[in-house]
Amino acid sequence: MPIVDLKDVHKSFTKGRERVEVLLGIDLTIEQGDFLALMGPSGSGKTTLLNIVGGIDSVSQGEVQVADQDLNRLGSRELARWRSANIGFIFQFYNLLPVLNARRNVELPLLLTKLSGKQRRKNAETALEIVGLSDRAKHKPFELSGGEQQRVAIARAIVADPAILVCDEPTGDLDRDTAEQILDLLGILNRDHGKTIIMVTHDPKAADHARHILHLDKGQLVREVAA
Amino acid sequence: MSALGLMWANLQRRPVRTYLTLFSVLVAFLLFTVLRTLAAWFQGGAAEGISGVDRLVVTAKYSIIDPLPISYQNQILAVGGVEAVTHQSWFGGNYQDPRNFFPKFPVEPRAYFDMYTEMKIDPAQLEAFENTRTGAVVSVGMLERYGWQIGDRIPIEADIYPMRDGNRLWEFDLVGAYAWENDNGQPLMLFHYDFFEEARQFGQGSVGWYTVRVGDIDRAAEISKEIDALFENSQNPVKTATEDEYNRSFFAQIGDIGLMTTGILSAVFFTILLLTAVTMNQAMRERIPELAVLKTLGFSDAKVALIVLGESVVLCALGGFLGILATLALEVPLNALLIESGFGVFELSGSVVAVAAGIAVLLGLVVGASPAWSANRLTIADALRRS
Repeated sequence: MPIVDLKDVHKSFTKGRERVEVLLGIDLTIEQGDFLALMGPSGSGKTTLLNIVGGIDSVSQGEVQVADQDLNRLGSRELARWRSANIGFIFQFYNLLPVLNARRNVELPLLLTKLSGKQRRKNAETALEIVGLSDRAKHKPFELSGGEQQRVAIARAIVADPAILVCDEPTGDLDRDTAEQILDLLGILNRDHGKTIIMVTHDPKAADHARHILHLDKGQLVREVAA
Repeated sequence: MSALGLMWANLQRRPVRTYLTLFSVLVAFLLFTVLRTLAAWFQGGAAEGISGVDRLVVTAKYSIIDPLPISYQNQILAVGGVEAVTHQSWFGGNYQDPRNFFPKFPVEPRAYFDMYTEMKIDPAQLEAFENTRTGAVVSVGMLERYGWQIGDRIPIEADIYPMRDGNRLWEFDLVGAYAWENDNGQPLMLFHYDFFEEARQFGQGSVGWYTVRVGDIDRAAEISKEIDALFENSQNPVKTATEDEYNRSFFAQIGDIGLMTTGILSAVFFTILLLTAVTMNQAMRERIPELAVLKTLGFSDAKVALIVLGESVVLCALGGFLGILATLALEVPLNALLIESGFGVFELSGSVVAVAAGIAVLLGLVVGASPAWSANRLTIADALRRS
């Protein structure tokens, strides 16, 4: 049962007077529970494809079916609600709110739920426990290392228990050892918690942690490799 | 953490900037509440404090400082509907130092206290006042303030009326103290008109103004016209008004207090509006990627806009609240100043607080509208690309 099903997806931007074609007829199916790495040179359309799957960008043409939902049919408000329930985002630069401590950063997506304050706090603490950062709950992002910040970001991504994690260069800002730890953690979330993971990366070693690797070039899927 | 907690945390991003903005809003609302209270006080509140509903004041038509003949008293008393008439005069003068200012009126002792029933005095002291030509009475608050006791001799140095022999030092025997019914603390010294009339160097046969009690206040306008008509063709035409109108016109000599305060406050709030708007717009621009992250997490455009708008409202409402608190804290010293100056009591009214609260919220909404709109329109992919 595919959790992501893209058919003939095109995406173009207007840059000044120029029209830039970013994605040129992408057909992509991702099964539930998969761990997919998207690779390709800069400007190949990886992040745009990831954004489309995550519901934060729209297509110019084509069909986008993710988690049993046709995203083309959703308005801005419905799309936001859908994202909060189905997608967890992990960014290269963590994108934590600097004014909030780790627990509160993790708690953010739960503000959109009807959970009580106490339950939200408890869930946030559980998510931090999963990523091994219980003892850093009260630290603000600037008090954490890069790897720790990324763990907090992962805890934030999983706290609302979404089915899909979309990761944009999650190890791009980390040293090798820390990157390995983060990738191991993603592997655990995929294997033990059943999360479908779609990861954009430039790093072949990071891609090796995925079950499948897709290569994009100039807006087109050029090959698929089983890792 | 609640949405309010998130807004407050965002405001803490640059504490110095936030607290400086907060302080400027606080000062604006401190000015607002103080000036509006004073303006209201000048425009009516003060008059209400010392005005009776059934009293009229008769002054010289063209200037309230022109004296009126003492002979008018009986003529006014003869007007239909008039129940009692008494007179007062402005004496001026200083006790030891010009900073010790309080009004001093030569009056007819019993007639005065019969007219101003809100001023309570011990009957024995009133009798002593009546029977002592050099007698004087003061408010009870003045006893404590100046350390006086009944029986003391109070020296007053005249600045308008010297004595017949040219001596400027008048001496009065303190025979009693009265209390205001509404406890407004207004200081006022009263002494015997007969002594004043006999001892002053000039101005005999004249008084400052008359106070008239009417039997039916509904006839006040009619009686006022009748009194004015009585002296219309004399050398000293008069103007009769209710005590409330008289007090208002007295303070109006200073200028249009309402217009002045409105002008000052408009300038202050326009400046605050610009300052706070620039600050909030800057704060919003600095965290465009963070707002995009919120949207990524599932916060809708409207929710993100509300968070940004809420921050402005929280900042302005808090500034307004602190401004009101600061005004309350200033009540005691302001009252001391006003009472010392011979005015009444500064009291922050509920209506001024309500208007201030309304303006604070409105200010927050106006200031936050532009950044909130920008936050609403922010597209996630574009904003994340900027980071």
